[in-house]
Amino acid sequence: MAVERFPIEAGHIMLFARAIGEDDPVYYGAMSGDGPVPAPPTFVQASAQFDPDYFLRPTIGEKWFGSGKTDSGTAAEGSGEDSATKDQGKAVGSGLHAEQHYTYHRPLRAGMVLSATTRDGEKWEKQGRRGGKLMFGETITDYTDQNGELVISARSVGVRTERVVEQEG
Amino acid sequence: MLDGSVKVGDTHELQLVDDLTRTQIVQYAGASGDYNPLHTDSTFAMNVAGYPGVFAHGMLTMGMTGRLVVDLAGPEGLLSYGVRFKAQVWPGDALTAKATVTDVSDGVASLDVVTTNQRGEEVLAGTATVRVPA
Repeated sequence: MAVERFPIEAGHIMLFARAIGEDDPVYYGAMSGDGPVPAPPTFVQASAQFDPDYFLRPTIGEKWFGSGKTDSGTAAEGSGEDSATKDQGKAVGSGLHAEQHYTYHRPLRAGMVLSATTRDGEKWEKQGRRGGKLMFGETITDYTDQNGELVISARSVGVRTERVVEQEG
Repeated sequence: MLDGSVKVGDTHELQLVDDLTRTQIVQYAGASGDYNPLHTDSTFAMNVAGYPGVFAHGMLTMGMTGRLVVDLAGPEGLLSYGVRFKAQVWPGDALTAKATVTDVSDGVASLDVVTTNQRGEEVLAGTATVRVPA
């Protein structure tokens, strides 16, 4: 993932604050006109909106793996049991977010423009209690501002399993 | 917000949600941009992915728990915040976050942060460091 331009917008912060149940008026400056508007601590996750290739967002004109006419839109129409595409849905469905870590270098506020660069970190495997083999992978993302200053660094750990996970990882 | 009187062992608690709705999960999908149908599309979650239904994004739980962290840190006093997702969060769940001060030194307080559901199960566990004004 690389995000070239992630504008920090007061309206977007307001929507994010609502979604996490945060009612502190400082996050609602888009409506009140007050500022500065700080970003909640996990707000940079919403940079996905500005990643042109983000795979967990439907792409206009392309089939989406969620349900529509069929249980998974990437299953061939009428077949209902296209094993290759069902497996694709399963593969996405079996990936879970295991850990997320942020280090804050400078305050993030509406009006800033970030860019994000991402690189792979370590990979490792573990035997799960119920879900078969667990495959972990780290992703490191640096968010820098329009002056090239590091604002937030993030480390994400994802886990994939051979079978559906129940409260694992 | 923590101040100079903070000491190791202090605890702070916040109820995050008392009946998590599917609509709140949809709100989080829309705001964050993570539209994985596992979280909002029960047909997909059950029939394709094999789960009992939709469940919340881990990042929604981390975001809600962040409300307690930022209450303690102040809007711009947060230095680090990291968590492990320990169990899934389902529609209807009630979540409470608890922060415990584990260290205070050089103007920085370290916190253990745990979020539990209505059955007392930990759904998230992590740490945060925050600046403490003298």
